[in-house]
Amino acid sequence: MTPASALGMIGRTSLGRLAALGRITRFAASTFSHMMRPPFYPREFLLALLQVGWLSLPVVALTAIFTGGALALQIYAGGARFNAEAVVPQIVAIGMVRELGPVLVGLMIAARVTSSIAAEIATMKVTEQIDALVTLSTNPMKYLVAPRVLAALITVPVLVGVGDIIGIMGGYVVATETLDFNAAAYLKNTVDFLELRDIVSSLVKGAAFGTIAALMGCYYGMQSGRGAQGVGQATKSSVEAAAVLILAANFVLTGVFFSL
Amino acid sequence: MTQPMIEMRQVAKAFGSNAVLRGVDLDVAKGSSTVIIGGSGTGKSVALKCILGLIEPDTGEIRVDGKPVGQGDRDAFLSRFGMLFQGGALFDSLPVWQNVAFRLLRGSLARPKDEAREIAIEKLRRVGLKADVADRLPAELSGGMQKRVGLARAIAAEPEIIFFDEPTTGLDPIMSGVINDLIREIVVEMGATAMTITHDMTSVRAIADNVAMLHGGKIRWTGPVAEMDQSGDPYVEQFISGSAEGPIEAVR
Repeated sequence: MTPASALGMIGRTSLGRLAALGRITRFAASTFSHMMRPPFYPREFLLALLQVGWLSLPVVALTAIFTGGALALQIYAGGARFNAEAVVPQIVAIGMVRELGPVLVGLMIAARVTSSIAAEIATMKVTEQIDALVTLSTNPMKYLVAPRVLAALITVPVLVGVGDIIGIMGGYVVATETLDFNAAAYLKNTVDFLELRDIVSSLVKGAAFGTIAALMGCYYGMQSGRGAQGVGQATKSSVEAAAVLILAANFVLTGVFFSL
Repeated sequence: MTQPMIEMRQVAKAFGSNAVLRGVDLDVAKGSSTVIIGGSGTGKSVALKCILGLIEPDTGEIRVDGKPVGQGDRDAFLSRFGMLFQGGALFDSLPVWQNVAFRLLRGSLARPKDEAREIAIEKLRRVGLKADVADRLPAELSGGMQKRVGLARAIAAEPEIIFFDEPTTGLDPIMSGVINDLIREIVVEMGATAMTITHDMTSVRAIADNVAMLHGGKIRWTGPVAEMDQSGDPYVEQFISGSAEGPIEAVR
C-alpha cells in the first residue's frame, strides 16, 4: 500500500465516521422533537418502561452486588500496603456511586436493552412492519423510537440508583462478614462521606447512558439492511456504538462534574 | 375523459447505480382494478411505494385524485389507502384484532375500543376468519390466515384505494384462489380503486380489469385484461406463457 492510498483510506474512514455521527445527531434531534409533540403512545411507553426498567433489575442487581463485593476486597488488599484498610467504606461508596454504578449499569443496559431494541426494530423493518406503520398513518419515530428513548431516559437513572445501593451493600456484606468491619461504623462512614453532588452526578450519568443506549438501538434498528444478516449487523453495531459512546460520555461527564 | 385516480408521469428511481424505474407512465381509473405484472426486481413494489410516499422518486410526478403526492396533510392522504403487504407485515406484539383495528385505535380515525374491536371482528369474518382468531397473536396463524388478517387490516378503515403486494405468493393454489376471490369481491363491493402486484397469472385473470407490464423500468404494455392474450407484445406473451425463450432474459 502506497502512502497516498493509506492516507486516502484514513480520510475516507474519517469522513465516513463523521457522516455517521452527523446522521446519529440528526436522529437524536428528531427523536427529542417527536417526544415533545403529540400524538403520544402511552401503551408503548409503559411497555418500554417495563422492558427497560423492571425487567433489567435482576441483571443490574447481580452486577452491582458482585462488583461492590470485589471492590471491597480490592481496596482492603490495596489499602493494606500503606496501612489504609479503614478507607474501604468510603472508597466503595465513592467508587460505586461516581463511577462503577453508572458505567456498569449503562453497559449492562447496552447489552440487554440496546440489542433487544435494535433486533426488534430491524426485524420490523425487514418484514415491512415499519412500512405498514407508515401506511397506517403512524409515524415510526413517534410510535417506536420516542417511547423507548423516553423510557430509558427515565428508568436508567433509577436503575443506577438501585445499582449504587446494592453495590454498596455488596461491599458492606463482604467487609462486615469477612474483613471484620463494624457494621454500624461501616454504614456511618459511607453515609457521612458521600456528598449530594456524588449522587447527582451518578443519576445524571444514568440518564445520559440510558438515552444513548436506547437511541443507538433505535438508530441501528431503523438503518438495518435486508435479511437475517442485516438484523445481525444492526444489533452488533448498536451494542458496539452504545458501549463506546457510554464510555466516552462517562469521561466527558466526569470531567464536567470535576470542574464544578 | 374522467380524471384518473392515480397518475404516474415519467417516474424514475435509482438506488445507487441501479436504475429501477426509468420513466414510468401509468393511469389508474377510479374504481378500477389494475394489476402490474413483471419479472422479479423490475421495480413493481418500488412503484407502489413511490405512490404511497414511502420512497421518494428521483424525478417525475405522481398525482392521486389530481393532487401531487407529498403535498398537503400526510395523515389525511394516507387515510385514503389500505395496503396488503407481501409477507402480511402484521405487528408481532399485537393480537390479531388490534392489528386489524390498528388505524381505528389511534389517530384521526380513532374510535372507542369496543367499537374498533367489533369492526375488526366483522372484517375478520368478511375475509373468512372466525371471531376466535381475534385474540391470537400473528405468530400463531398459518401463512394463509396471516394474509387474510393483512387483507382485513387493509380494508378495516374502508379506504378508497387499496394496494395488494403479491397477495398469493407462498400460498397453495386453493388458498390463492380464496384470496383472489376475496380481493375481487371486496374491491367490487367497496367500489375501491385497486392496484395489485403479482407474478401469478391466475391472480391476474381473477383480479384485474386492466393490466400493466413493467419491464426495463418502464410500462411496456397496458390494456384491459381481456386483450392481454392478444397484446402482440413479445414481452407480455413470454411472461404469460412463462417460456424461457424470448426477449426477457431468463438470467437477470
